[in-house]
Amino acid sequence: MSSYDHNPIVEMRDIEKHFGPVIALNGVSFDVRPGECHCLLGDNGAGKSTFIKTMSGVHKPTRGEILFEGKRMDFASPRDAMEAGIATVYQDLAMIPLMSVTRNFWMGREPVRRVGPLKFMDFKTANEVTMEEMRKMGINLRSPDQAVGTLSGGERQTVAIARAVYFGAKVLILDEPTSALGVRQTANVLATIDKVRKTGIGIVFITHNVRHAMAVGDRFTVLNRGKTLGTAQRGQITPGELQDLMAGGQDMVELEGSLGGTV
Amino acid sequence: MSEAMGTIDERVKETSRLRRALIRPELGAIVGTIAVFVFFIVFAGDSGMFNAQGVLNWSTVSAQFVIIAVGACMLMIAGEFDLSVGSMIGFAGMSIAIMAVTLGWPVWIAILLTFALCVAIGAVNGWIVVRTGLPSFIVTLAFLFILRGFTIFFPQLIERQTIIGGIDRAAEGDWLAPVFGGKVFGFVFDWLASIGAIDVFERGTRAGEPIVDGIPMLIIWALALVAVAHVVLTRTQFGNWVFAAGGDAQAARYVGVPVNRVKILMFMFTAFCACVFATCQVMEFGSAGADRGLLKEFEAIIAVVIGGALLTGGYGSVIGAALGALIFGVVQQGLFFAGVESSLFRVFLGVILLFAVILNTYIRRIITGER
Repeated sequence: MSSYDHNPIVEMRDIEKHFGPVIALNGVSFDVRPGECHCLLGDNGAGKSTFIKTMSGVHKPTRGEILFEGKRMDFASPRDAMEAGIATVYQDLAMIPLMSVTRNFWMGREPVRRVGPLKFMDFKTANEVTMEEMRKMGINLRSPDQAVGTLSGGERQTVAIARAVYFGAKVLILDEPTSALGVRQTANVLATIDKVRKTGIGIVFITHNVRHAMAVGDRFTVLNRGKTLGTAQRGQITPGELQDLMAGGQDMVELEGSLGGTV
Repeated sequence: MSEAMGTIDERVKETSRLRRALIRPELGAIVGTIAVFVFFIVFAGDSGMFNAQGVLNWSTVSAQFVIIAVGACMLMIAGEFDLSVGSMIGFAGMSIAIMAVTLGWPVWIAILLTFALCVAIGAVNGWIVVRTGLPSFIVTLAFLFILRGFTIFFPQLIERQTIIGGIDRAAEGDWLAPVFGGKVFGFVFDWLASIGAIDVFERGTRAGEPIVDGIPMLIIWALALVAVAHVVLTRTQFGNWVFAAGGDAQAARYVGVPVNRVKILMFMFTAFCACVFATCQVMEFGSAGADRGLLKEFEAIIAVVIGGALLTGGYGSVIGAALGALIFGVVQQGLFFAGVESSLFRVFLGVILLFAVILNTYIRRIITGER
C-alpha cells in the first residue's frame, strides 16, 4: 500500500478526555494517512464515540495533542474541523429524512446566486451536482427532489459520504456506518469506502464488527476501556485475535466455547 | 460495486403522478379551500357573501389569520411553537395605546418602539428555548401568562380600565399609522362604482361613495408576508436552514447550520407578525383592549397544521398555512352569512384539525418511507 510513503493527515497523540470524574479516554494515540482505511474497533463503552468526537472538534481533549498535516491544531468547533478537512458521517444523524437529497447534500454550504441585492439558493447547480456526485457513487436518483426518507439506510450513508468527498474532505470519519444495515447494504457501503480510499482520502472506519473491518481495513486499532491496545497492519492479525482484543481477552474464549463458535 | 446500487431497485414501484402530487404539504389545504368555496357558493351564494362587501369582509378576517399563521408556520418548520402569540397581540396593542394615548408620544414612535419591544421579547423566548433546551411549549406558555398579565395590569394601574381608546384621534396625520390602518387602491373602487360594478351608499353622509372604498393595509401586509416568507423558505439558503433546524437540529449542527440563531430569529419573526396583527387591529378599532388576541396562538397553529406542516417540525409550507388561514376566515364568516349558529364554527375547527393531522401523518409516512 502506497499510503505508508505519506505522512499522516491527522495524528492524535496521547489523547485524554475526562468528563468530570469519569475518564473516557486515557491516552489514545491514533493516526490516519492519505488513501488508507484505518479501522477503529472497540466494544460498547470502549470510548470510540468520545474519541471520534474529539477528532471532529465536538469535544476538546483534556490532555494530548492533535496534529493536522504536521501542525498542531485546536479545534474550537466541528465547523473548524470540517473546514480543515475532517468530515464526520454519524450513524443516524447523517441525513434529515424529510428533506430532499439536494437540500441534505448542500445543507450548511448552500450554493448562492445573486439577483441584485438578493441572494437565492442556486437550485439548478445544486441539483446537477447532487445527481452527478450520486452517480459517481453508483446511485441513480429518481430525482434530486426525492426525500432522503425514501432512500435505504446504505444509500443514506452513501449520500453523506458523497457529500463529504465533494466538499473536499481529506479525512473521512465514519461512525458505525454498517451497524444498522443488512448484508447487501453493508457490502455497498464497504465498496463505497474502498472507492473513496482510492481517491487519496484517509478513512477512519469505526465499527465493532470484525468482519466488516477486515473487509476494507489497511490498519486496525483496538480501543478498550479508554486505551489503545495496539495497532496492527493488514495481514499481521487474524479476525479471531482482533475479536479477542476487543472483548478484552480470556473470558471471550470461554463464552465462545459455550456458544459453539466465533461470535 | 454491486449491481443493485447502479440500477433502480426492482422492488421500488414507479410512483404514480397522483402519489407524487400528494407529497406536497399544501395539497390538503388546496383541496380544503376549493371544498369550502364550493360549499358556500352553493349554500350562501345569494346571501351577499360574494359581493364586494362580503368578499372584503371574509378577506379581512382571513388576512388576520394569515398574518399570524405565516409566523407560526416558519417557527413550526424550524421545530418550535409559540403559544404566546395571542398574549403578544394584546400586549403590543396595549403598548401602542399607552405610549400614544396615555404618554402622548407620536404614534409612529409608539409603533416602532412596540415593534422593537415585541421582537426583543420574541428573542428572549427563543433564547431561553435554545439555551435551556426546554420544550418551547412550556417556555412560551409561561410567556402567554406573563404577557397577558402585564396587558391587564398596566392599563388598570395607569388608567383604571382595561380598554384604552382614542388612538384614532392620536393617529391623525401620523405618517406611519396609515401603513397599518390605511386603505389603498381606493381609486380602483371609485372607478368600479362609477361603472356600476359595485354598489354605492344611497343615503347618509357618504352617499355616492362606493361601499368598499379600498383594500385595507391588513390584507396587503398578509399578502406581502406570505410572499416574502414563501420565497425565503423555499428559495434561499436561510430557508434551507429553517427546514434543517426543524428536521433534525443535531444533524444540522454537525454540518455547520447555526441552528440556535435560526430558531431565535424565527421566534422574533413570529413576534413581529403578532405585532403587525396588533398594530393593524389597534389602528382599525382606535382602541386597545386587554383581552385582544385571546386564543389566537391556537388558531394560528391550527391554520398551519391545516396547511400541511408537521407539528414535529422540518416540513411545511407558507402557502399551505395561508390557505389554512383562508379556510378559517371563509368558514367563520361564511357560517355567519349562511345564518348558521356561530358556535358550530368551533365544532368545524376541531373536526378539520383532526382530519388535517391524520392526513399529514399519512403524508409523512409516504415521504419518509416509514411503515
